[in-house]
Amino acid sequence: MGTSGSKPLAAGPGVELTAGGVSAMGYDLMLSVMRYASPTTVAEAVDLLGSEADARVYAGATDLIPQIRAGRPEPTVMVDLKRIERLCAISANGSTYTVGAATPTADICADPGLVAAFPGLVEASGLIGSDQIQSRSSWGGNLANASPAADTPPSLIVNEARAVIAGPGGERTVAAAEVATGPGQTSLAPGEILVEFELDQPPARTADAYLRLIPRTEMDIAVVGAAARVTLDADGNVTAAAIALGAVAPTVVRVPEAEAALIGNQPSGDALAAVEAAAAAATTPIDDKRGTVAYRRQVAGVLARRAVTIAAERARERGGQS
Amino acid sequence: MTVTEPKPSYKYVGTRPVRHDGLEKVTGRARFAADLNMSGQLHGIVVRSPHAHARIVSIDTSEAEAMPGVKAVITGDDFPAVEPGHRQYDMCINVIARDKVFYEGHALAAVAASTRDQAQAAAAAVKVEYEVLPAVLTIDQALAADAPVLHAHMMTAGANPPAEEPSNISNITRFSGGELDAGFAEADLVIEREFTTQPVHQGYIEPHACVADTGQDGHTTIWCSSQGHFNVRSSTATLLGWENTRIRVIPAEIGGGFGGKTTIYLEPLAVALSAKAGRPVKMVMTRDEVFRATGPAPGTKLRIKLGVKRDGTLVAGDAYLIYTNGAYAGPGGLLGAMTVFESYKIPNFEIEALDVVINTARSAAYRAPAAPLTAYAMETMLDEIAEELGIDPIDFRIQNAVTEGDPSTMGFPFARIGFVECLEAVRDHPNYKAPLGPNQGRGIAAGYWFNIGESSSATVNLNEDGTATVVTGSPDIGGSRASMALMAAEELGIDVYDIRPVVGDTEAVGFTDVTEGSRATFATGMAVVEACRRMVVELRGRAAKMMGVEVDDIDWVDGQAVYTGSDGDKAPLSVAEITAKAKRTGGPLTATGSLEAHGAGPGFAVHVCDLEVDPETGVVRVVRYTASQDAGTAIHPSYVEGQIQGGVAQGVGWALNEEYIYDSDGVMENPSFLDYRVPVASDLPMIDAIIVEVPNPAHPYGVRGVGETGIVPPIPAVANAIYGATGCRIRDLPMSPIRVLDAITSNGGSNGA
Repeated sequence: MGTSGSKPLAAGPGVELTAGGVSAMGYDLMLSVMRYASPTTVAEAVDLLGSEADARVYAGATDLIPQIRAGRPEPTVMVDLKRIERLCAISANGSTYTVGAATPTADICADPGLVAAFPGLVEASGLIGSDQIQSRSSWGGNLANASPAADTPPSLIVNEARAVIAGPGGERTVAAAEVATGPGQTSLAPGEILVEFELDQPPARTADAYLRLIPRTEMDIAVVGAAARVTLDADGNVTAAAIALGAVAPTVVRVPEAEAALIGNQPSGDALAAVEAAAAAATTPIDDKRGTVAYRRQVAGVLARRAVTIAAERARERGGQS
Repeated sequence: MTVTEPKPSYKYVGTRPVRHDGLEKVTGRARFAADLNMSGQLHGIVVRSPHAHARIVSIDTSEAEAMPGVKAVITGDDFPAVEPGHRQYDMCINVIARDKVFYEGHALAAVAASTRDQAQAAAAAVKVEYEVLPAVLTIDQALAADAPVLHAHMMTAGANPPAEEPSNISNITRFSGGELDAGFAEADLVIEREFTTQPVHQGYIEPHACVADTGQDGHTTIWCSSQGHFNVRSSTATLLGWENTRIRVIPAEIGGGFGGKTTIYLEPLAVALSAKAGRPVKMVMTRDEVFRATGPAPGTKLRIKLGVKRDGTLVAGDAYLIYTNGAYAGPGGLLGAMTVFESYKIPNFEIEALDVVINTARSAAYRAPAAPLTAYAMETMLDEIAEELGIDPIDFRIQNAVTEGDPSTMGFPFARIGFVECLEAVRDHPNYKAPLGPNQGRGIAAGYWFNIGESSSATVNLNEDGTATVVTGSPDIGGSRASMALMAAEELGIDVYDIRPVVGDTEAVGFTDVTEGSRATFATGMAVVEACRRMVVELRGRAAKMMGVEVDDIDWVDGQAVYTGSDGDKAPLSVAEITAKAKRTGGPLTATGSLEAHGAGPGFAVHVCDLEVDPETGVVRVVRYTASQDAGTAIHPSYVEGQIQGGVAQGVGWALNEEYIYDSDGVMENPSFLDYRVPVASDLPMIDAIIVEVPNPAHPYGVRGVGETGIVPPIPAVANAIYGATGCRIRDLPMSPIRVLDAITSNGGSNGA
């Protein structure tokens, strides 16, 4: 069991798992033995993180395992959060939805309440990976992995999702927008985990949409992602708007200029042109193997405009229903 | 299906039985190379260069050898020295580097240990001291006057005057015919265009893998998947300095090759490790290794000039083709020269083709090697010309297409070929005239591959119950077991399911060349037919004995020996009746066929692609695709269609997204299927395959190879369709969303136009 010097697990039906760390040419290089723990309560998980210097939590591990294969140093303990009931539950209480941070996106996409209330967020959830990945991937993992190209954070942010975080000092709630702080970086303190997300039922004539650009039709990583949410009045003028872009900056970018351009206007014509221009201007993308600065900037504007158009169309269809 | 010439009616050939190996494969039970395990086996791991170009100053294996579980460590010093001029010098120093490494991922040592983890840890502990050399990463860098020379011995072959200094040009090929200047003088329209393309990988799903076991007597067995196990045997023996026959190679099922498994990488290392450790050694590449160290098809720079008369007659063609085959000499330019003008009557032409070395992995064959790229250039230029002249692009091609008797680039006359029939099949297909939606475009393009014959062997054994076993030496890459069984069934008159097609190992069947040039169903099929015909002679003799008549009075009709003499009625004898009495008529019934096949019929294909371009993002979606191809005779039409569809899928990937991306040091940045983007299923519509059958006169059933031609037209078909949708001619691959949007934004082609 384990490498010498590491403590035995305090709790949980742990089983041995051998997986590896330093890699070259795609090999897992086993320099030490990793352990596996599967706590069943949030308190157990937090205790475990506090007692192990190099523990790492995961939900679906759909990012973590490829990262370890690509050479990221392996943790001493892999802490599986999927056995904690609260982290995999979807519930609606009054006007608030609560979604466990490790809930499989496949379950999210099959939840009628979420599908009706947050069509764009559900679409974003359904774009992650393949059917197989969908049974593992989660909002919490997608957000905590802090990839600038993640699909669900822009939609979580335009819907003003709140993240409930548990740690040694108890629980706290922050805006989902405040979790990721840079590529691979989060505001989570040592020992903290994402527990669940809270989303308020959208007001009347409100809907969201998410679009992403990939060269293929699926199984790819966003070159640009754009989420939009709009609220219309009875005349179809925008009374509230939120636009957020992925893969064009170190973290998700909100575009207040684009949002302001929509307020008080029909979501068409000049207002949409202003959205496109503002979105493109708000980006600070990089050149890499998946896209160029110029391409990402131009397409961010296009997708923002299209996402607003789709969201507004949905909002109109929704009418006075909340 | 289009049948363009009358052909005999067959009972089995042309039907679609479930393939004999199908159930095992779709249920996951078939054994591929990495599925094989030997008791007591060790795991081998390769040590690879992190540098694109470096001199190996020293390799210290002492620490690795002392690590837990390690049983053997080898380097280039464990193999016989090879010098330039050795007939497989490049292969030898590619499989394991000697004094220099030529690309990132180049193998330079290997370790065998009790577990894979131990082997990997030991591989990481092999200390290599490098003198890093400047890397040559592009054709332009390779040809620069001050370019670092990769191989000090590389004197350009075919140079005139002969090369006096070494360079990065391995070979120059020149072909010409007619009078070029006079040809262009005759032309009413002359256009000249340049193209660039990037290396791409074959993308087979199964990584390279093998198990090697060196016995106490030095006789060695290798289990591996390849496109030719006799080639694995000879290449491995060459590298080890052994006689071929010390090695037996047993073929595993193969999970895709597309040309990339016509060469070897791991087998000699596994044998050397096994010989040193005295244990079986298993080696399996990761996907990362497959990308970095195996198989890319060449990248190119192409410049072509065409002259045409106002009436649409092509009169002159001038081609300057540069292919890079990675770090070693290769045939890309030669094959480009052989294919660039081959499909059309161009009376006055000159072709100059250069093969250039750069610090990337050694190229391997990929379906119709080199031809998709020359087709990209030619077929998009023909489209431009047809538009300029106001001629339908298919009519323009029919007007200039080669037909029987026309000379090829190399001078020989074509036998009966089906190019015009393929063009007509597409012209007459509803796809060609169907209305297009907004932002949609349609492109057509043709393709050619010459196909080859080579050596094949087959053995037919009749079993006691009247069924047959057909053993050949060609691995079953694309349904060839079913094709062999169908031809044998037709010859012997035995039901196709009563024939067991088997791929024999190197000690179970006669020599058979590697599967390349779409040769298995053509050439190995000929060997099967020959063996079956010998078997029929034997069966008639046995039947004559059983009936007590002269053999000349026995005919073989529908699987039965039929008496045709005048001595009354005699009941016909079936194969089962004859084999049941074999002990009394001369013993077991077995026959072989071995031959050097000639007359591989050239394959032609014509594709039409409809696609839609998002004008604001440059994203291209193929919405409809129809592909015609001359199969000669389709032995198993489903697998002909599968070959056509597979070629289209790979060609569309090549056109739109696939490319090797290197950083400035020559380190590959996208060695995974996430960022090396082959098409996924949802990227493609159902591909409508039209099988054209213009029988090949050299084959008993009229077969032409079909494995390769289908990848030739897709790149230009896609490019022409993008032009149709956007008005932009894109002359650099891949035609990624970035490049398409850039072309739309600048409202031209990437090269102006």
